[in-house]
Amino acid sequence: MSETTARPDLWKEDHVEGGGLNELTTLNLGPTHPATHGIFQNVLTMDGEIILDTEQTIGYIHRAFEKIAERRPFNQITTLTDRMNYCSSPINNMGWHMAVEKLLGIDLPKRVEYMRVIVMELSRITDHIVCNTIISQDAGATTPFLYYYQWRERIYEIFEEICGARLTTNMGRIGGFERNFSDLAWERTRAIIKELPAALDEFDQLLVRNRIFMDRTINCGPFPADRALQYGFTGPNLRACGVDYDVRVADPYSSYEDFDFKIPVGKSGDVYDRFTVRQEEMRQSISIIRQALEKLDKIADKTTYHADVPDWVLPPKQEVYNDMEALIYHFKIVMGEVEVPVGEVYHCVEGGNGELGFYIVSDGGRNPFRVHFRRPCFIYYQAFPEIIKGGMLSDAILTMSSMNVIAGELDA
Amino acid sequence: MPAFTIKAERDQLTTDRLLERFGADAVTHERLYDTMCYVVPKEKIHDVLAFLRDELDFNFLTSMCGMHFPGLELELGTVYFLHSMRNGHRIRVKTFVSLKEATLPTATDLWPTANWMERETYDFFGIHFSGHPNMKRILNMDDFPAFPMRKDYPLEDPTREDKNDTFFGR
Amino acid sequence: MSDKKDELEKAPAREKPTFVEPPPGHTGTGFFATSMDKAIGMARKNSLWPLPFATSCCGIEFMSTMSSHYDLSRFGMERLSFSPRQSDLLMVMGTIAKKMAPVLREVYTQMAEPKWVLSMGACASSGGIFDSYSVLQGIDRVIPVDVYIPGCPPRPEQVIDGILKIQELAQNESLRRRYSKEYEDLLTKYKID
Repeated sequence: MSETTARPDLWKEDHVEGGGLNELTTLNLGPTHPATHGIFQNVLTMDGEIILDTEQTIGYIHRAFEKIAERRPFNQITTLTDRMNYCSSPINNMGWHMAVEKLLGIDLPKRVEYMRVIVMELSRITDHIVCNTIISQDAGATTPFLYYYQWRERIYEIFEEICGARLTTNMGRIGGFERNFSDLAWERTRAIIKELPAALDEFDQLLVRNRIFMDRTINCGPFPADRALQYGFTGPNLRACGVDYDVRVADPYSSYEDFDFKIPVGKSGDVYDRFTVRQEEMRQSISIIRQALEKLDKIADKTTYHADVPDWVLPPKQEVYNDMEALIYHFKIVMGEVEVPVGEVYHCVEGGNGELGFYIVSDGGRNPFRVHFRRPCFIYYQAFPEIIKGGMLSDAILTMSSMNVIAGELDA
Repeated sequence: MPAFTIKAERDQLTTDRLLERFGADAVTHERLYDTMCYVVPKEKIHDVLAFLRDELDFNFLTSMCGMHFPGLELELGTVYFLHSMRNGHRIRVKTFVSLKEATLPTATDLWPTANWMERETYDFFGIHFSGHPNMKRILNMDDFPAFPMRKDYPLEDPTREDKNDTFFGR
Repeated sequence: MSDKKDELEKAPAREKPTFVEPPPGHTGTGFFATSMDKAIGMARKNSLWPLPFATSCCGIEFMSTMSSHYDLSRFGMERLSFSPRQSDLLMVMGTIAKKMAPVLREVYTQMAEPKWVLSMGACASSGGIFDSYSVLQGIDRVIPVDVYIPGCPPRPEQVIDGILKIQELAQNESLRRRYSKEYEDLLTKYKID
């Protein structure tokens, strides 16, 4: 004990403000980093473990969506919208179709709108599964990641049955869907809403009242509601701060006003609130899908899958080969000879991360004149330096993953 | 089911207040589909936005983007998408600048969210925002030589050598 | 409780664990003789440590491949390393923008030989659907690539197919390949020293 080389009389000097060894370190949380789920760079200025300032660089995956969209006809832009928030592509697709339908003045039958609601809520569930399992993985619990990806596979099977693709779905067309949902798709949807609540309960049991998880995530990266509104937060991040703004309720689209669901709201906007808000949103999504299935059972017509707009919906191939009118419509649609009104619209949907908006300026041509995507990740990631200021590095990592920053949506 | 709903009363109130405050020669208004769009000259834009935020309760700047209309006298423009959450009311405010004097006052003092939106508009169109805390490019590389979203900049990579233009009709 | 016990009793006898197929050689009591490159090829093939360079949508499909349904770890890739110094296989998944290309090159040069590069997805192989000014039209403009997996995004089965091809390359590679003139010429072509 007497041989210890500790010099406590020196320690006090090191930690005095402005004196001793008070240095600031610069840490590059570079573009390729396992903890940043996506490609963006943060250069942190730190005093020991406390973060003082952050300089962000994004654009490492800038793919010029808005420029490409000026050179593609309306139906082909759907494939671009897939790749923005790729964890929940169907929501992006449906949102885009709804924006174009607003421009063209197309009304959809109720059945198609309920089918769209089912697809959007399923993809919201996949998005929230990714986010929550990544939060738990960054907090140290890797079990949910492996377990709940199984449920994403089940939802992928439904998407495959509907449109053929798992992840970047290109689902639906302007005016509805490209084919009716098969019996297998309905069967799988019913199976999943029966079995998923039990799995979510298990997920809750693992983490929500877990002492370690609560200590780790409560008060980690809180954000006041008024600052969040000023920074343009929407979606689960805003709802975790305490503001109950949800585009599905504020500006209902696709018959969401027919559904009865709650908006989960947090208190302080910390990681725990974001996690639990997303958990509860998944349950609300399951309830919405259940209500949609009940409503669809009540509708007698089981064959409509698109609106009655021959100008925009491709006729079935058998008719194209046999019927002159269908052939002409097919030619006009594919070659882009259909008249598009001149004007501009803005339409927003509730994406996995918040208000996803589409602004289309049309000059009457086959391609839009200007397209602007209001991407929620881009808007709320600006607030990240303010959220983590004064916190520790490990809290910053957890905050970043709880904000669900998806690089495709950030850079577009 | 109608494709969209129109909030006629709030639109009328907003238009009346704006015309009253700024005069009919400064504010042109038009309803496009379901939203009122106002066009304001660039000298008044900051005052108009501040008025909308403080007096008419447009607390949320949904988004902001730039546009390029080649051939017009004032070619470059910006659109501000405003949202009053309490009233559930959305409007768009536009302003236009010429290519030679492409500067506008920043809106970051009104809404901090305009920070990156203005950097993106600068990056894509070259509209400079005076008073912005960090006016530099955001999505492209810092030394990128042009403003890519302008209509005269080509979409494709100029150095690619594998695609034959005669076949692709470009 | 009792039905669980019944289940255990009814469960089939555990199969013998399977091992990796040994290379052709001579066995005897206590020894196995084969040529060095075959033994090393077998070892390398079954213990590749990948570096998932995930940028976009293909990264999510990779996460699906890695998790329990498709399971990459049965190919020996249990340990993903995010440090290039500790990895063998650079899996580039997703669009590489021109801003990101120097970073990719830096990561590639930091890896130690022998290293393999797998380009997953259309964007990494050739720029994909993004024929625009900011996207690198294929990572083989900056680094040499061994296997390309087409798809947007490729299904997990396709990813596994690509990995099996990398394993084939790793198994059959000659031990002196990294010192050969052909490989040096390849690196000079990409201006990597």
